[in-house]
Amino acid sequence: MSDGIGARVERKEDKRFITGKGKYTDDIRMDNQAYAAFVRCPVAHAKINGIDSSAAMAMEGVIAVHTGPEMKADEIGDIITGWAITSKDGTPMQCGVWNPMVTTYGRYVGDAIAIVVAETQDIARAAAEVVELDYEELPAVAQADAALADGAPQVHENVPGNQIFNWEIGDEAKTETAMAGAHHVTELDITNNRLAPNPMEPRSAVATYNEAEDHYTLYTTSQNPHVARLVLSAFYNVAPEHKLRVIAPDVGGGFGSKIYIYPEELTCLWASMKTGRSVKWTSDRSEAFMTDAHGRDHITKAKMGFDADGNIVAFHVDTIANLGAYVSLFATATPTYLYGTLWSGTYAMPAIYGTVRAVHTNTVPVDAYRGAGRPEATYMIERMMETASREMGIHPAELRRRNFVKEFPYQTEVILQYDSGDYFTMLDEGEKAADVAGFAARRAQSEARGKLRGLGYSTFVEACGIAPSAAVGSLGAAVGLWESCEVRVNPVGTVEVLTGSHSHGQGHETTFAQLVSDRFGIPIDNVTIVHGDTDKVQMGMGTYGSRSGPVGMSAVMKALDKVEEKAKKIAAHTLEASEDDIVIENGEVKVAGTDKKMGWHEVGLAAYIAHNLPEGMEPGLKETAFYDPLNFSFPSGALICEVEVDPDTGVTDIVKFTAVDDFGTIINPNIVEGQVHGGVTQGIGQAMLEQVVYDETGQLITGSYMDYCMPRADDVPSFTLDHTCTPSPLNPLGVKGCGEAGAIGAPPAVINAITDAIGTNDLQMPATPLAVWTALQANKTAMAAE
Amino acid sequence: MTNVSMTVNGKSVSCDVSDTTLLSEFLREDLRLTGTHVGCDTSQCGACVVHVDGKAIKSCTALAVSLDGSDLTTVEGVGPANDLHPMQAAFKKHHGLQCGFCTPGMIMAGIDMVERYQADGRDLTAEAIRHELEGNICRCTGYHNIVKAIEEAAGTMAGMKQAAE
Repeated sequence: MSDGIGARVERKEDKRFITGKGKYTDDIRMDNQAYAAFVRCPVAHAKINGIDSSAAMAMEGVIAVHTGPEMKADEIGDIITGWAITSKDGTPMQCGVWNPMVTTYGRYVGDAIAIVVAETQDIARAAAEVVELDYEELPAVAQADAALADGAPQVHENVPGNQIFNWEIGDEAKTETAMAGAHHVTELDITNNRLAPNPMEPRSAVATYNEAEDHYTLYTTSQNPHVARLVLSAFYNVAPEHKLRVIAPDVGGGFGSKIYIYPEELTCLWASMKTGRSVKWTSDRSEAFMTDAHGRDHITKAKMGFDADGNIVAFHVDTIANLGAYVSLFATATPTYLYGTLWSGTYAMPAIYGTVRAVHTNTVPVDAYRGAGRPEATYMIERMMETASREMGIHPAELRRRNFVKEFPYQTEVILQYDSGDYFTMLDEGEKAADVAGFAARRAQSEARGKLRGLGYSTFVEACGIAPSAAVGSLGAAVGLWESCEVRVNPVGTVEVLTGSHSHGQGHETTFAQLVSDRFGIPIDNVTIVHGDTDKVQMGMGTYGSRSGPVGMSAVMKALDKVEEKAKKIAAHTLEASEDDIVIENGEVKVAGTDKKMGWHEVGLAAYIAHNLPEGMEPGLKETAFYDPLNFSFPSGALICEVEVDPDTGVTDIVKFTAVDDFGTIINPNIVEGQVHGGVTQGIGQAMLEQVVYDETGQLITGSYMDYCMPRADDVPSFTLDHTCTPSPLNPLGVKGCGEAGAIGAPPAVINAITDAIGTNDLQMPATPLAVWTALQANKTAMAAE
Repeated sequence: MTNVSMTVNGKSVSCDVSDTTLLSEFLREDLRLTGTHVGCDTSQCGACVVHVDGKAIKSCTALAVSLDGSDLTTVEGVGPANDLHPMQAAFKKHHGLQCGFCTPGMIMAGIDMVERYQADGRDLTAEAIRHELEGNICRCTGYHNIVKAIEEAAGTMAGMKQAAE
C-alpha cells in the first residue's frame, strides 16, 4: 500500500494550515467572553504589602480584579511538581511553595499577582497597568552558582542555601580510583546556556464555567490535555475530572514548554467561575519570555580520564542546575534521570560518577525543553571527546571509534541499558556524507581567502519514549508513562483512531493513519486521527520526549492487533474458512490460496449488522489498548558541522551540516527529516545565537525578539541528512523517536567546529561573532606571550 | 470610532473601528479571519503578513483606520482547499510546515517575494529566499523545506505567468 509504513506521503493536516483554516486556542471565541490580563511582579524578589485595584475597577469595562489570597481562600491548590528526587545523603528534596498567584512574596519578574477581567483585551491590559502594588523590594539572585554562595539571598525560607537537592549517580570510589590511574585527564568548565523555548504560538486559554452543570471547559495550548485535566482536578481542586473538559485544539509548537500546567490557565478557570464569564487569556511574546518555562542553564565541571591508547577509564561530573524560583512539573527529572543516565554517551565507560546540585534562583522556572537533560549531557561529553582528541593528538573520529559501545544490549554504569545501535556505521556514513576526506583541501582554500575553516564532530545516543511506568515510579515519578489508543472501524470500513498522544506540529494525523493503512490496505484518507480532547479521547499521557512514536504508535499497533484478530474471526465465519487462513491486504480480507474474499468495508458492515457473527461474539469493531513500554528507546546519530570563520569579525558561517541518524524504523521520511531540520536549527540557535539574560538584580534583559536572537533562514544552511537503521527490538514497530535528536546532537558539533577553526578551546555558547572574535584575540595574546 | 471601507479577499467590508485597532486585530477580531496569526509584539516574527494593495506588510504594524480604501488579501484569500495557489501546494508537497502557526505569514511573504523578483526580472535563488525571509521566524522546520517550497513555487508561478502572456 503506497500510504503505508515508510511512504513519503504528504500530510493530511496541511490543507487547513495553508488555507488559514487551522483552529488555535486564540481563534476560539465563546459567547459571553471576557478577556484577562495579569498584574505581574515588576522586580525579581518582593514582599507584597498591598494591592490597590480601585483605579482599575473604576475603569469602564472592567469586570473584576482577583488576587492570590482570594484564590487561596477558595482552596485552589498550589502548583505541583511531578518527580521527587532524593539527595545523596538520603534526604528528600526541599522546594519552595508555588502559589498560582502570589500570596506574600513575588519571586521572579513576571510572577502573577492579580488577574484583571474586562470586556476587551485592551481594557484588561490597560487596567492591569493601573493596579497599584505596595511592595518592598528584596535582594535577589539570578545565577545558579551565585545562589549557592555563602550569604546569597534566600529565594524560599524553607530551602536553606537555595539548594533543592544534591543528587548523585554512579560509583564514586571506582571512578576516583580509575581517574587517579589515568594516563591522561581532560578537564573542562562548561556552561549550558539558558534558552527560551519560543513555540511560535504563544500560550493561550479560554475557560468557561457552566453554573447549571457545575462544569468547566478549558481550551488551551497543551501538549498533554489529559494530564492537564488530571492535575487541575486532583491537585488544584478546580473540579472533579468528569466536570472538567480540556481541549488542546491546533497547537502551534510546544518543544516542552506546553507540557506544564501554568498559573495563568488555572487562574482563568477559577476566574470564569468567579465572574460567570468565559475568560480568555493570550500571552504576548514578552509575557512568554517572562513566564514560559525556560530550558537548560547548567554550570558544569567535568573530568575524563583516558589510558595511553585513548580508551576512557573514568568520567566525573559536577553540575549546578538552575531550576528558577519554583520547581515546575518535570524540572527535577530533567537534570537528573534525563541527564545523568546519559553520561556514558555512545561510549563504553567503565567508571562514571557525578553529582547535580539543583538550586532556586529569582528567575522563571526552568523545565524540559526539546531534549531535556540529554542535550546538556551530549554537549558535555562531546566537548570532552573533541578536547581530549586535540590534547592527545588522536583524530576525533578515531578517538570516538576506539570508545564506541560495540555490542548490544549494553549496560551502562548509569542505570540505562541501550537496546540496539551501530555507532560505527553511523559515523562512517556521516564522514562520507560530509566529505571529510576533502576537508583539508577546503580548509586550504579558505586560508587562501584569509578565512578559518573548522570541522566538528558529535555523536549522541539519547533515551526516548519515556518509559516503563513501574521503572519511572521507582525513580520518583508521580505518574505512569504508558499511552492509550482506541481504534474504531465504522460500518463503512473507514477508521477513527483516538490517541492519547498530541500533535502540535509532529504530523500524527498522517503518520498514525499510515499505520492503519499499512495494516488494512486502506488509503490514509479513509482514516481520521482524533486527539486533544478529554471528552472524545480516553485517558492518555501526551507528547514529549519523542514518545509519540515508541509509545503512542505502539499503543496504536496493539489496538490494531485486536481489531485485526476480530476482523479475521468475522471473515473466517462469513467465508467459512479457518481463521488462520485469513489475510488482509489492499483493502480486502481473503482466504489465502483461494478466490474467496470480502471487502474490508464488508467486514465492518458485518460487525455492526450482526446478523451472522460467530457464536458468542459481541457486535461492533472497536478496540482499546494501553501500552506500557518495556524500556526507553535509544536513537543515536553522528553529526558533522563544517564552519568558516572570518577572523577579522568573528562572523561564523556554517558551510555544511551533516546528520546521519539511527531512528530505527521510519514511518514517513518527510516528517522525520523535518524533525531533524528543526531540531538541528534549534541546536544551532543554542550554539550560536540564543541566550536568556537576567541582570544581577534579576531583571529579564532578553524580553523580546529584539533582544533574544532566534535562528532565521539565513542563519542556517540547507542540511545533508541520511539514516542508518537498527530497529528497536523492544517495541512492535522498531521505532526509536526523532523529535529531539537534532537539538541534542547539534550544539557540540557546532562548537567543536568553531574551536577547530579558531585554534582555541576557550569558547562558551552562544558563539556570537563577539564571543568568537574575543576568543581569537585572547588566543593571539596567549600565543604571543609564549 | 472611524468608519473604514476596504476590499478584503475580493469582498467589500465596511466597519467602525477604534483609532488604536491594529490591522491584525481588525482581521482576527472584527472580520474573524483568524488565519492571520500574531506571534510577537515587536514586528519581528512575520506570522501576521498580509498583502495590502499588492505589497506584503506586517498587519501588526498598521492601524486599520489608515487603510480606508485599500485592497487586502489574507491567507484565506489566496486559494481555497480545492484550488490551492502554487505557493500553498509547494508548502504541502515539500513539508514546509509543521505546527502551521507561522505558515500563513510564510505563504504571504513567499508570494510577495516571488512576484517582486519576477517583476524586476531577478532570479530568486535559494540564498535570496533565505535573505528575503529575514522578517519571518519559524521554530519548527529549520527553514530547509520552506526554502525548497518557495523555490519550486517560484518556478510554477513563472510558468503560469508565461502561459498567461
